[in-house]
Amino acid sequence: MKIDAIKNGIVIDHITAGKAMQLYTMLGLDDLECTVAVIKNVPSQKMGKKDIIKIDSAIDINLEVLGYISPHVTVNFIKDSLRVDKRHIDLPTSLTNVIRCKNPRCISTTEWQIKHVFTLRDREREEYRCIYCDTAAPPKPKYYEKL
Amino acid sequence: MRNLIDIMDLSVAEIDRLITLADDIMRTPDKYRAACQGKILATLFFEPSTRTRLSFESAMLGLGGSCLGFAEANASSAVKGESVADTAAVVSGYADLMVMRHPKEGSPLVAAAAATIPVINAGDGGHYHPTQTLTDLMTIHYEKGRFDNLTVGLCGDLKFGRTVHSLIAALSRYSGVRFVLISPEELKLPSFVKQQYIKDRRRAYTQSTTLEPVIGELDILYMTRVQKERFFNEEDYLRLKDSYILTTDKMKLAKSDTIVMHPLPRVNEIDTAVDADPRACYFRQARYGRFIRMALIMKLLEVSL
Repeated sequence: MKIDAIKNGIVIDHITAGKAMQLYTMLGLDDLECTVAVIKNVPSQKMGKKDIIKIDSAIDINLEVLGYISPHVTVNFIKDSLRVDKRHIDLPTSLTNVIRCKNPRCISTTEWQIKHVFTLRDREREEYRCIYCDTAAPPKPKYYEKL
Repeated sequence: MRNLIDIMDLSVAEIDRLITLADDIMRTPDKYRAACQGKILATLFFEPSTRTRLSFESAMLGLGGSCLGFAEANASSAVKGESVADTAAVVSGYADLMVMRHPKEGSPLVAAAAATIPVINAGDGGHYHPTQTLTDLMTIHYEKGRFDNLTVGLCGDLKFGRTVHSLIAALSRYSGVRFVLISPEELKLPSFVKQQYIKDRRRAYTQSTTLEPVIGELDILYMTRVQKERFFNEEDYLRLKDSYILTTDKMKLAKSDTIVMHPLPRVNEIDTAVDADPRACYFRQARYGRFIRMALIMKLLEVSL
């Protein structure tokens, strides 16, 4: 199967096999006008199988969202057909306005100007808590929900 | 500039120094009568409070400083829809230090980000109440003489009881502390508090739904009130409010040197007949609160003699 190399854009690599469509929706890639290739079940030495997303435009991608939804992916930034940057994404230590606190007693759910900030409290359990009230983050959104 | 939002903002060494200073103030109050002369403390109480607000005001007045503020949200611009951040920014121009109580969790943290003066959290909903914890620690220091190797029973509302969460966090830093958690199922300690401060720190604990079988093991019995204002549903409050009432009969099962603490106000969870028992130290505890708050004010204003 042949998919053209991109000239200027982003390649999200090492996505857990089967998760690419989930990321596609959550990152809002369905709203883009440019070419986006979602490649599933690509043979991988490291992972056995993996998914890849190629975006043929240098969009401003939200790495916090990416790391939260799919930690351990690799993001390659392509310019003039050359890779100019490569970043290994891990769970972000904090999330700003990515998820919202659901605690009705929290100041962030009362005053709309306040940013919703969650910090990573336990890396092993991937546990995030609101910095204002310590309420646990809601479960990660399902694949059909946009953040 | 330092704020006190969570008791864990203070190290064990800093707490020790505060207690040492509070102790000196308590013994020689005249020495400190003008320590904060010319300084102004703003007390922003968006929720009713007697002890905390008055003890802060009494503390500041005892140091020669002045106080201004309000005692309920209706007396502030909050009723006009002013944000916590804006209130904090404005008050920064009128005072040197700010104490805030607010029903919404995290409000003092928001205030601290907007303020240009130190902010003290005097209780944010069911979340934190660090100066009550300082008061509790000073009480334990005076009444028990140590923080380590204590069996501490916490009884009543462990779910919404903010003083309980902060006290567990503070005591979990001392070795040999064992917790006995006494509450009805509906008001059990939140799992993240248990995980973070008891399990992760490998502290021993047991849980009980009744007081009588465990009271004999305790060095400290920390009673709490089931707080009506934390419930959305009045039926739940009425069902649980009388869960644990400490009586002189139950005190007969306690050790001779067990101390009974309570952050106050009390409703009916401690029978007034218990007050005469020398092991009941909640009124002494309230008195200690003034001196530890004096020490905290001096620390945050960076005042020394």
